[in-house]
Amino acid sequence: MNEIELLNWARGPGLTYATIFMVFGLTLRVIEILSLGRPKELAEVRDSGVRDGWRMVIMRSLPERRNWKRITAAYLFHVGLLIVVFFFIPHTQFFRDVFGVFWNGWPNYIIDFVTVVSIAAMLYTLAQRLFDPARRILTTIPDYLAWLVTFLPFVTGYMAFHRLGVDYTLMLALHILSVELLMIALPISKLTHAVTFAMSRWYLGSNNGRRGIHV
Amino acid sequence: MTTSFEQGINTLKRVIDAPIASYFSSCTRCGLCAQACVFYTETGDAKYTPIRRVEPMRRIWEQEYTAVGKLKKLIGLSKTVTEQELEDTVELAFESCTTCGRCSMVCPVGNDIVYMIRRMREGLTAAGLGPKELRAAAVRTLETGSVMGFPMKTLEAQVRAAEEETGIKINIDEPNVDYLLLLSSAEVMQFNEIIAALAQIFQEAKVTWTLSSTAHEAGNPGMHLGSSEIEAAMINKIVEAAEELNIKNVISPECGHAYMAIRWEGPNVIGRPYPFKVYHIIEVLDKLREEGRMNTECCDAERITFHDPCQAARRGGVNEPQRNLLNMVSSNFIEMEDRKACNWCCGGGGGVNSIEKSEPLMDKVFHRKRAQIEMLDVTTVVTMCATCRNALEEGAEKNGMDIRVMGLTEVLANRLLKEKKS
Repeated sequence: MNEIELLNWARGPGLTYATIFMVFGLTLRVIEILSLGRPKELAEVRDSGVRDGWRMVIMRSLPERRNWKRITAAYLFHVGLLIVVFFFIPHTQFFRDVFGVFWNGWPNYIIDFVTVVSIAAMLYTLAQRLFDPARRILTTIPDYLAWLVTFLPFVTGYMAFHRLGVDYTLMLALHILSVELLMIALPISKLTHAVTFAMSRWYLGSNNGRRGIHV
Repeated sequence: MTTSFEQGINTLKRVIDAPIASYFSSCTRCGLCAQACVFYTETGDAKYTPIRRVEPMRRIWEQEYTAVGKLKKLIGLSKTVTEQELEDTVELAFESCTTCGRCSMVCPVGNDIVYMIRRMREGLTAAGLGPKELRAAAVRTLETGSVMGFPMKTLEAQVRAAEEETGIKINIDEPNVDYLLLLSSAEVMQFNEIIAALAQIFQEAKVTWTLSSTAHEAGNPGMHLGSSEIEAAMINKIVEAAEELNIKNVISPECGHAYMAIRWEGPNVIGRPYPFKVYHIIEVLDKLREEGRMNTECCDAERITFHDPCQAARRGGVNEPQRNLLNMVSSNFIEMEDRKACNWCCGGGGGVNSIEKSEPLMDKVFHRKRAQIEMLDVTTVVTMCATCRNALEEGAEKNGMDIRVMGLTEVLANRLLKEKKS
């Protein structure tokens, strides 16, 4: 298999398999959660909690006022990830081809800058994991692997864009394959939080809301 | 109650619900919860990182309720929870956690760790690992009707003393009145001025109320222990008393965990809604203030601050009434920097203050509270929870802090009295 064939496989069957696995897997994870059910609240509530549930889903995405210094790296990485995935022009073209929806991408120099910041932020979070005792004690090998499969698409994408390292076609194939690896990891690792974060926040927010706690 | 390791594991399997599954699914092990936990910040010991306290439960969830976890278990990547691990978790779920819930204020994915700790304790107790002090308190409460184990006649004596002091008749087992008042053991034994204080406030406001001879204890060690059975038995006593006396409103006293147990957990542990409403005493007093039924003298210029008890404020939703009331009687009420839902724990709640082994740790974590108070240069710290009050008093004494600690009801009664005297 040469580079062209590898790229074609990554773009074609590889992407299909990874997508099926990701969608099926994440759906299963959500069903696994919901099927456990939530006990009916028998105490007289102050509020339905629906508003506070949604509020929590949204508000916890904003930087935390109190601890902003501590979450900067992780926060930057998440923002960077969303920008790069959805606003790099070739990515917007991909989404147009696949889903038929199109929005304007951002100039390459911005994406390039965001990528560098995101890579730096990810390295910083890795350092935190290795050196901060509270994080280190929690982290398991699958967590480091989850970091790695999130890191690889950034690095391969950056290298492909700047024509670094191996031949461009091969690098692009590697980039797409690394994204597929990430898609496969999503439902089987802590990366599931990309979907379930909304559920956990909702449960906390709505529980709070029922008790009249509006934070 | 028979206990065994298997029962512990089965209980843990049973208590896992959709919220818990979503919390474990979302946790990224980011460790931010540590920064919010007074036991971590004051000791620097990573073992106190909040989410670690429920690790056995996480593994049970993964192995029982996820396809990935089942596969991991099958190929030996995920080990089943051992008896030793449950034993090791006692320290983390009971001895060094006040269930204050500050961790859930910073968790990026919104994990309610105390929701899980509460159920982790349920599993540990079912495995026979509940701390002996909490078990003893639970048994004592069931047998005597009071957490501290005093008989009804002790309360009767306090009631008579309050009657003599105020000249107001205090009802016991009076049917068809507005409110049934519950008291915590600490209020009967240590902070008994509350009985006279309330008698006066209620007399002024023309509120009718009673105590119950069968259900006067608001404290509920069953909740701390993680025994829904014992918690429900205590709650049922209150429900029966209120039903028998035909009372539509029950007052939970200045006690954070009592409020959590009777107001929020109660109907869920007994499995049916109440035929009455439950209020924290401070909610009732604030209602009287709003209706203009409490005439107090304004305003004391002493510098005072307020300590929000975690179970009443952050987790119970009583955040504004205490402020309305303090501002009514004080012209110099100063807020702590972290307050309401973000307040730092006193270090004594969740049963920690009754576990002997935890005392040195409690002393250590009090330093956070001390720093918070000393920053404000106040003379008085007011609170609305007997456990917080004890922790604050002890902490102030051990650290040579020149502050007075008071219950909010007492503060209000003092201002009420002055007006009557003048």
